Amino acid sequence: MAFIEINGLHKWFGSFHVLRGITNQVEQGEVLVICGPSGSGKSTLIRCVNRLEEYQKGTIFFDGRDIHDPGMDVNSLRAEIGIVFQQFNLYPHLSVLKNVTLAPTKVRGVPRAEAEEMGLALLERVGIHDQAHKYPAELSGGQQQRVAIARALAMKPKCMLFDEPTSALDPEMINEVLNVMKDLARDGMTMLCVTHEMGFAREVADRVIFMDAGEVLEEAPPLEFFTNPTHERTKLFLKEIL
Amino acid sequence: MRWDIVYNNLDYLLWGSFPNGPLGGIAASIMLAVLGIFGAFWLGLGFGLMRLSNSRILRAVAMVYVEVIRGTPLLMLIFWFYFLGPVVFNYNLPEFQSALMAFVVFTGAFVAEIVRAGVNALPGGQMEAARGAGLTRFQAMRYVILPQALRNMIPSFVNQFVSLTKDTSLAYIIGVNELTKAATQINNREVVAPAEIFLAIAVLYFLICWVLTAFSRRMERHLARYQARGR
Amino acid sequence: MGYQFDWSLVLTGEYRDWLLDGFVLTLKISALAGVCALALGTLVAVMRLSRVKPLEWLSLAFTEFFRNTPLLVQIFFWYFGSEAFLPKAVNVWLYKQDFEFAAGTIALTVYSSAFIAEELRSGVFSIPKNQLEASRATGLNFLQAYRYVILPQAFRIVIPPLISQLLNLLKNSSLVMTIGVMELTYQARQVESFTFHGFEAFTVATLLYLAVSLSVSFAITMYNKHFLHQLRY
Repeated sequence: MAFIEINGLHKWFGSFHVLRGITNQVEQGEVLVICGPSGSGKSTLIRCVNRLEEYQKGTIFFDGRDIHDPGMDVNSLRAEIGIVFQQFNLYPHLSVLKNVTLAPTKVRGVPRAEAEEMGLALLERVGIHDQAHKYPAELSGGQQQRVAIARALAMKPKCMLFDEPTSALDPEMINEVLNVMKDLARDGMTMLCVTHEMGFAREVADRVIFMDAGEVLEEAPPLEFFTNPTHERTKLFLKEIL
Repeated sequence: MRWDIVYNNLDYLLWGSFPNGPLGGIAASIMLAVLGIFGAFWLGLGFGLMRLSNSRILRAVAMVYVEVIRGTPLLMLIFWFYFLGPVVFNYNLPEFQSALMAFVVFTGAFVAEIVRAGVNALPGGQMEAARGAGLTRFQAMRYVILPQALRNMIPSFVNQFVSLTKDTSLAYIIGVNELTKAATQINNREVVAPAEIFLAIAVLYFLICWVLTAFSRRMERHLARYQARGR
Repeated sequence: MGYQFDWSLVLTGEYRDWLLDGFVLTLKISALAGVCALALGTLVAVMRLSRVKPLEWLSLAFTEFFRNTPLLVQIFFWYFGSEAFLPKAVNVWLYKQDFEFAAGTIALTVYSSAFIAEELRSGVFSIPKNQLEASRATGLNFLQAYRYVILPQAFRIVIPPLISQLLNLLKNSSLVMTIGVMELTYQARQVESFTFHGFEAFTVATLLYLAVSLSVSFAITMYNKHFLHQLRY
């Protein structure tokens, strides 16, 4: 069984059919890039993986366990899967370091000193350890997003979800975030990334999938995906964003 | 429970001994509130605009008015107008008018704050656009800013009216014939049903206030669609 | 000008003591009712946010009813009507205490708690939804997310409006003079009827109220300047 296994996933928002039978496998250490027009269901798909969204039909297995199993503790599942949002969603009332250490100390019970040491190391890894005692409102967008990545990494997740992490950023800040993500990919993190950064996809993705209207239309390694797309919709989409 | 006592005195609670005697009951309460909010609107608009003016002195005067009035209990104010004004300045005013004046002066301070906040909430671009088109500051206020701001303030005015409707009950303390006084009169006469009587008038006040509050909430949602946005 | 001012009358001796006693009682009843109202208001707000339908309705009915009826009527209701609906034992106990003070405290508590509950609720509502989502996504459970992320933010937003509710409570406490609680307004009225020097007595009383309100609202302004700018999303 694959590390993440999605089988026949369907989801409805009211009468709107967002996901129409998604089936896919992600191996440990694999980097999957998901692209597609807005409203195609790509964000919803990755949010289903840590159960920020509930689905109505199909199954998702994470590390061999059905995430919808009644015996499955949703909080411990989420602790194993980090997520980074488009809008950063940092806690504005806590310092940067506290943003990173909150979950490890409260969920995992890590002692404060240890958590802070780890937090500082993570902030160093994303290149902002000198801002550790500032508040989120004092940082630039790119810096905030890097804090958000450090915050997710602080739970030592087995997998990371990225939900359009660079779309809310000014162009000059996009690369500082992508570089952190690339480092993560090279270190062997399993990653599901919803993004339109095709340079990133080309460089580190193992596979790229293209979604439209709740279905996966195209799936290929990046080189093939970009040079030789088969589906008309994919060609059109690539033409628009490249 | 003696609800019959409430039922038998219902007309007195609704309009007092009118038309054979003075108007009272809830009709008088509503009249106090309506006249009060009308006066308070103009007074508050005046002081609100003073707070927004370029003159330091006008701003300071308006600020002192707003802060002093809002920091004083309404009951104090009612006593000032009823007991003290007449003694010190040698005039004579019936209870109803004294209470009304206190309500106008009191509510005016809150209206002034609503006006100030309402104007400040408009995007700055509105004033710039109006001044850019050659209007004077006064004209811009009169034709561009206030028409928008006042419309946005309607829900706050309604809320203020609700507060005032509740506050009119204080007029009872200096003997104005209104709903709360009617209730205490009936209570003194009948003695056996205080809970019923005061619950009944609470429901009467509640109906008015709650209908108005519901109206202002709808209005707020409705108005949100027509606001100029951005900065 | 037929009125002779006599400030020494209210600034020395017996009448000054009356006013000071009144002021102390005003502070006492406001503080007691304030603490009780914060507790009751929190309970009502939690019920409203509990996602348990009957509790939500109960809380809604409570806040709507007590906010939309005059405090004075509520004071009379508790004072004259408590016999009808409180258990006998409670009434007997209340009568043994200072009954006017107790009825006034209950009325002020219930009335203020309805407003406080609304402030707390809207404070929690003003925190963007994605804050809850972000904290749940790191594995915090519902209670932890509220405890460490939502409530600390709501608390900062809510402090200024809560304090102005407590100031309203202080001013509203003047109404309990109608049932004979000898607080500041009552005493000013007493001095007026004993000496006919109401002007001086009411001036002193007004200044005392103002001193408290103005210094507290000044403190709120300072608080807003220093702390609220941090909460930007």
